[in-house]
Order: sequence, then C-alpha cells, then structure tokens
Amino acid sequence: MSLEILGITVLWTFLFGYVIIGSIDYGAGFFNAYSIITGKQHILSRIIQQYLSPVWEITNVFFVFFFVGIVGFFPQTAYYIGTIFLVPGSIGLILLAIRGSYYAFETYSSRGHKGYAFMYGLTGLLIPASLSTVLAISEGGFVYLTNGSPVLDYAALFTSPLSWSIVVLSIVAVLYISAVFLTWYANQTGDVEATNLMRKYALIWALPLIITAGGIVYELSFHNPEHYERIVNLWWMFAVSFLLWILTVWFIWNRKNYGTAVWLLIGQFMFAFYAYGISHYPYILYPILTIHEGFTNRAMAISLVVVFILGFALLLPSLYLVFKLFLFNKEYVQGKYKK
Amino acid sequence: MLFEDPVLASRFLTLMTLTFHIIYATIGVGVPLFIMIAHWIGIRKNDEHYIIMARRWSRGYMVTVAVGVVTGTIIGLQLSLLWPNFMEIAGQIIALPLFMETFAFFFEAIFLGIYAYTWDRFDNQRKHFLLLIPVAIGGGMSAFFITIVNSFMNTPTGFEMVDGALVHANPIAAMFNPAMPTKVSHVVATAYMTAAFLLASITAFKLLKGSRHVYYKKALYLTMKIGLIFSIASAIIGDFSGKLLAEYQPEKLAAAEWHFETEGEAPLVMYGFLDKNQEVHYAIKVPYMLSILAHSNPTAEVIGLNEFKPEETPPLIVHYFFDSMVTIGMFLLVLSLIYWMGIRRHWAFVRSTFFRWLIVLSGPLAFLAMEFGWWLAEVGRQPWILRGIMTVEEAATSSDYVNVMIVLFALLYIVLGVGTVVVLRRIFKNNPIEVELKGNDSP
Ligand code: HDD
Ligand code: HEM
Ligand code: HEM
Repeated sequence: MSLEILGITVLWTFLFGYVIIGSIDYGAGFFNAYSIITGKQHILSRIIQQYLSPVWEITNVFFVFFFVGIVGFFPQTAYYIGTIFLVPGSIGLILLAIRGSYYAFETYSSRGHKGYAFMYGLTGLLIPASLSTVLAISEGGFVYLTNGSPVLDYAALFTSPLSWSIVVLSIVAVLYISAVFLTWYANQTGDVEATNLMRKYALIWALPLIITAGGIVYELSFHNPEHYERIVNLWWMFAVSFLLWILTVWFIWNRKNYGTAVWLLIGQFMFAFYAYGISHYPYILYPILTIHEGFTNRAMAISLVVVFILGFALLLPSLYLVFKLFLFNKEYVQGKYKK
Repeated sequence: MLFEDPVLASRFLTLMTLTFHIIYATIGVGVPLFIMIAHWIGIRKNDEHYIIMARRWSRGYMVTVAVGVVTGTIIGLQLSLLWPNFMEIAGQIIALPLFMETFAFFFEAIFLGIYAYTWDRFDNQRKHFLLLIPVAIGGGMSAFFITIVNSFMNTPTGFEMVDGALVHANPIAAMFNPAMPTKVSHVVATAYMTAAFLLASITAFKLLKGSRHVYYKKALYLTMKIGLIFSIASAIIGDFSGKLLAEYQPEKLAAAEWHFETEGEAPLVMYGFLDKNQEVHYAIKVPYMLSILAHSNPTAEVIGLNEFKPEETPPLIVHYFFDSMVTIGMFLLVLSLIYWMGIRRHWAFVRSTFFRWLIVLSGPLAFLAMEFGWWLAEVGRQPWILRGIMTVEEAATSSDYVNVMIVLFALLYIVLGVGTVVVLRRIFKNNPIEVELKGNDSP
C-alpha cells in the first residue's frame, strides 16, 4: 500500500468514526428539542444527558483529528479547501461552538433553558448540512480557477440538485443513526417508554434514508459521470450495505436484538461510506486535485504514520476504558450513580 | 465594511480568535495542576477541605474546558480557512506537532470525561486522583505541541526553499527549532502562574465578601505559594527568551525596546512615547540594562532597528506590550513574595482589606500579562508569518467574505464569554462552600 493510500484510509476511517458518533450526538439533540415541543421531554432527556455528556469532547476530537490530519497528509487541500470553504466552514464552526457550549452551560449548571435547547436541536441538523457541502463541492463543477486561485460558485452550488440531495441525506442519516442507537441505549436502561419512542423514530427514517441515498447516485450520473461509473463498478459493496439495512430494520421492526441492529447499522454505513470513498479515488477535488499531486513529502508522511501508530496505541486502551465505564456499564446506564 | 482588505480582515479575525481562545487554553493548561495538588494534599493529610477544593475547582474547570475546546476547534480550522497559503507550506513541514496535538486532546478529553463523571464511583479516592494525571499531562502536551508550531513560525528551520518549493524537509529538525525550548517553557510556566493567581484572586474575593471559613485561608496560601514559584520561573525564562530574540529575531527585540541605533552599553527604555522623528520622550532609561538583557554583558552590542528595511520592521506598539507584561510579571512576583513572607512571619497587613484587594487584582492582571506577551510575540513577528520566508500578505486567503465572518465570530465570543461568567457564578452561588462542607464534615 502506498503512503498516500495509507494516509487517506486513516483519515477516511476517522471521518467515518466522526460520522457515526457525531450523528448519534446530533440526532439526539434534535430528538431532545422535538420532545420538548411535544411535551415528551421527561422520556428522553435523562437518557440523552447520561450518554452524551461524558463523551461529547471525544466526539469533537474526531473532527479535529480529521482536519488536522488532512493538512498534514495532503497540504494542498489546505490551500484549495481553505480558500473556498470559508463561508460554509465558518458557519459550521459557529454552530459547533453553540452546540459545545450547550453542554457546558446547561449540563453543569443544571437549569434547563428552552431557547438554548432549541438552538441545540437545530444545530444538530444544520451542522451536518453545512459540513456536508464540502462533499458536494468535492464532486467538482462548483469551483473555478481565476488567476490560479480557486473561487467557489455559490449560485451553482445552491441551485444544484446534487448538493441539496447530499444535504438532505446527511440530515436523514443523522436522524436514522441516532434513533437506532438510542433505541438500543434506552432499552439498556430498561426504559420501555423511551425505547418505543425511539424505535418509532428509527422506523420512520429508515425508508427516506435509502431513497435519498439512491437519489444522490442518480444525480451523480448527470453531474459527474466519471464518478458514477466507478460507483456502478463497486455495485456489490452498495448491495451489501443495502442488505444490512434490511436486516437492521427487520430487527427493529420485530423488537429484538437491538444491540445487533446497531452493529448492522454500523456495517451498513461502513460499506456505503468506504464504497463512496473508493469510488472517489484518486480525486480529492474533482478534477483539480488528486491524492497523488496533493501528497506531502516522504519524510513528513513517514513521521505522521509513526506518530499515528504510537498515538493509536495510547488511544485504544483509553477508549476502551470509556466504553467500559459509561456505555457498557449496567449500573451507570441505569442511572445508579450521582453525577 | 470594517476591513476592505482580506489580509487585514484575516489578521483581525485571527487576533480575535486567538486572544479569546488563549484565556480558556491557559486555564486548561494551568488549573489541572492545582486540582491535582489540592487533591493530593487532601489524600495525604486526610483533610476533607482540600478534597472539596479539588472538587470545586474541577467543577468550574469543566465549563472553561468546554469553551476552550470549541474555540480551539475554531482556531484550528480557521488557520486553514484564513491562511491557506501558509498552511500549505506549514503542512509540509510542521504538521507533525499539530498532529501529535490531536492525540494530546484525545487523551485529555477522555480522562477529563471520566474524572468528572466518576466522583462517586471509587471507594478509594486515590484511584480517582490517578485519573487527573493524564488530564494534566494532556493539557500540558497541547500547550507544548502548539507552541512548537508557533516557535517554528518565528525561527523556521529544517527545510530549504528552492524556487518557491519546499525541499529537504526534516520534520524533527523543524520541531526542535532554536526558539522552541524558551518559548515552550515560558508558555507553560506562565500558564501555571496565571492559573495560580486566578484561583488566588477568586479566593481573596470570597474572603473580602465576608467568608471566614478556614477553607479559604488554606486555598489562598496554597495558590499564592505556587504562584510565587512560577513567577520566579517565568521571569527567569522570560530573560532567556529575550536573549534568544537578540540572537534570532533582533528586529523584534529592537522594536520592543525602541532601540534604533546599533550600539554597545545599550540602556533599557521603559514606557515613554515617540514623536514624529522617532525621538523617545518621558521614558525611564536603565543604563546598560538592554545589553545585559540581550547578552548578559553590560557592554555588549545590541542590533538596532535602523539595520532593517523599513517594510520589514514590526509595529513599534509592541514596546508597550513588552513593558506591560514585564511590569505585571514583576508586580505579581513581589506581591506573592510579600504575602508568603507575611504569612510565615505573621505580618498583619497581608490579611488587611487593602492587600486582599491587590490579590483580587492579581488574577486579571496575570491574564493581561499573558495576552500582552502573545501580542508582543505575534505582532512583533510582522510582516512575516514565517519569519524571513513568507509574509502575511502572501499567506492570506483571497476570499471577500472575511469581514462578515468577523462580525459573526465577534457575536459568538460575546455570547460565550458572558455565558461562561453567568454559568460559573450560578454554579458557585447555588452551592456555597459552607453548605458543601456541612454535608461532608459529619462522617
Ligand atoms: C503571565 C504571563 C507572563 C508574564 C508575567 C511574563 N511573560 Fe513573557 N510572555 C508570556 C507571558 C508572560 C507569553 C504569553 O507566554 C509569551 C507570548 C509568546 C511566548 O512565547 O510567551 C511571552 C513572550 C515573551 C517574550 C517574547 C518571546 C518571543 O516573541 O519569541 C519575551 C522576550 C518575554 N516574554 C520576556 C518576559 C520577561 C523578561 C518577563 C519578566 C517578568 C516576562 N516575559 C513575564
Ligand atoms: C494563543 C495565544 C496566541 C495569541 C493571543 C496570538 C495572537 C496573535 C495576534 C495578536 C496576531 C495578529 C498579529 C498581527 O496581524 O499584527 C496573530 C497572528 C497569527 N498567529 Fe498568533 N497568537 C497566539 C498563538 C499562536 C500560535 C500557537 C500559532 C501557531 C500555531 C499562531 C499562529 C498565528 C498566525 C498563523 C497568525 C496570522 C499571521 C500573522 O498575522 O502573523 N498564533 N496571533
Ligand atoms: C494557533 C493556535 C492554536 C490552535 C490551532 C489551537 C487548537 C486547538 C484545538 C483544535 C482545540 C480543541 C481540541 C479538542 O477538540 O479537544 C484546542 C484546545 C486547547 N488548546 Fe488550543 N490552539 C491554539 C493555541 C493554543 C495555545 C497557545 C495553548 C496553550 C498555551 C493552547 C492550549 C489548549 C488546551 C490546553 C486545549 C484543551 C482545551 C482546554 O483545556 O481548554 N492552545 N486548541
């Protein structure tokens, strides 16, 4: 495996990690706000606080890891994406900041403020929407070079069906992933009412997910035929993903093995996510930048890989500890400890 | 709007974000040390007061860390958004410490989450205490790695530029650049110093407001004593930083000192102002002192600003930044020294209202000194972003929307800043120490 493939695989994997744990977080915030509107707050808030509060900073680091890593392995992306991503990126950052401070300001001071909870719920949908525009941009067609420096064509971006389908998919995926996970988690806590509510949400969002995902592939066939063709060549990975989706929904429908359903869901997204990534190869930004041109020098690449391996060796046991203490600890999950 | 020029706008936005982030980052680096020390003394002496101290400090700390994390995330991505050309070059040579930093964040975030949510889980306090060590190390490592990146910007090494392309990159050599040792140690020492005076100033305020509990006296003595130690360390390391500037960035030192002609037996110019002809008025001049500061030798020659091209000299305002930082540093050193001696020798006036007000002032002053230090370091590097290699002009984004972003981010920082104060006050008001101790004093 060449160094650039290794680098992009590592980054893609961390991005996948962020997509999954970030979605759980974002969706939970939305469901929390929604439950306040519909007066069902008592059902969900405890569960949401209990799972999310200890881990939100860890979630955030996955994001930081990705954008620091991409500057390290592919410094030229800093140049291209940096120049064109200023507006959507800044908006995403401000939303992230509102969200992060919610934990600090609400959780630790234990007095609910409704306005903040709504903002929090709303950011849960807007962040994925604004960050996912980078995926639309990477498909090409929205960036022009004027005097050698890249310029983003906002009009084209905002009127393109492709970019809107990507935005919609990101929101639907957030809601679906989050609902499936929280069904399992609520079931762990033994809270039947919450489990049923989350199960309902999971089932509601299952079908829209597949429809929007299919819509994007369809849009791509016009927008970027080259990429579309590579996706078609990888049809079997998408097929596996689809099968896993059916199985997930089946388990949830039949109210059993919620734990297995979560793993199947992760598998489903993993296949789709990597298939998309592989089909995107070798471009980072169609048709301007490939991972080969944008790659850093050898010395830097090797030292980054070494640091990554060492860092990962440090990280795995610590993450294991977190899971053991919070996620898979029956007594914590059932709320037996004080904060 | 505010700034027509994207370069100026980017500089202003960077200034704003960093100035805001560093307040929280300094707390993030400094305060865990104090939580750790208090927790440790509590276990050793079996003194409930110190355990509660650790617990209360850590509660406030959770809030500031959260804001530190969000503002840090902002500056991290903003570096690429505002300085794309710089990050393209920097990515090739100094991405290594940035990458290492993310692991430090992971480490800190993980253990902080565990520490904060497991106070009631361990029968043995020592086990809970152990969780703090990675938090303190993680915070210190973040400061260490990011300051390495900054020292590289001031004294870039470990590569060659051939026709605008970076060749022979050696990331390790870039990390161990000449400014790294002094810069890193000064930043870490001043972070501990600032945290000490922050906690001391809150405690002194409580004493002034009529709390008489012995808890506060213990806390005040502890924080002032540690504050003294780190003040001394900061002053000594600061002196080394000056010597380093004399060798590697003489224009920054000369601008900070308003030292125009290259000469020996150079005096140290403090305060004053400049007229149109660059004549210094109303300044205090300490003979030989600049030569001593720069080269440890009263007759040594110090390079003056006139040796440099006018367009490559930093703004002269950095003089005031430098003087303010050093003045505050000396003031805090003397203040904590008097307090420490006063407590040991039972001088009554260190318990007086006036002296306590001075201690209340010490926290905000320490933060000011820290900001002045960074402004000195960063504005004093102008016009370079990578000294001698790339100017800010060449580095900045070409996007026209930066000035709109300035407004958005300014609003955000106001919300975050006010929010922090309100939330911290609420946490501690609703849960005063007297109440918390009653719950615990009876075994
Ligand atoms: C509480 C904060 C604080 C205090 C009391 C001091 N400093 Fe400082 N100083 C900093 C906080 C700081 C800083 C924020 O940490 C800086 C900014 C960049 C850096 O490397 O450290 C800094 C930078 C800095 C620089 C510039 C380094 C560079 O640009 O590369 C010099 C020469 C000094 N300091 C010297 C001193 C001296 C002689 C002090 C005497 C008491 C002193 N500092 C006290
Ligand atoms: C956290 C404490 C810091 C503060 C308060 C601070 C402050 C500042 C200020 C005031 C400027 C504007 C200078 C001007 O345009 O006149 C600036 C610029 C800048 N700083 Fe820092 N800085 C800090 C640390 C860092 C670190 C650690 C890095 C590198 C990793 C860094 C990178 C930059 C860059 C890229 C610019 C823009 C280019 C420039 O104007 O020189 N800063 N900073
Ligand atoms: C250009 C300069 C800087 C950048 C790009 C930067 C980047 C970041 C990022 C991305 C985070 C959030 C990490 C997370 O998600 O957990 C963060 C937090 C933090 N930063 Fe900065 N930072 C800068 C300056 C500094 C400086 C100068 C210091 C120390 C003196 C510092 C110390 C910290 C610490 C300790 C945290 C952890 C959060 C906390 O404890 O408050 N940073 N920074």
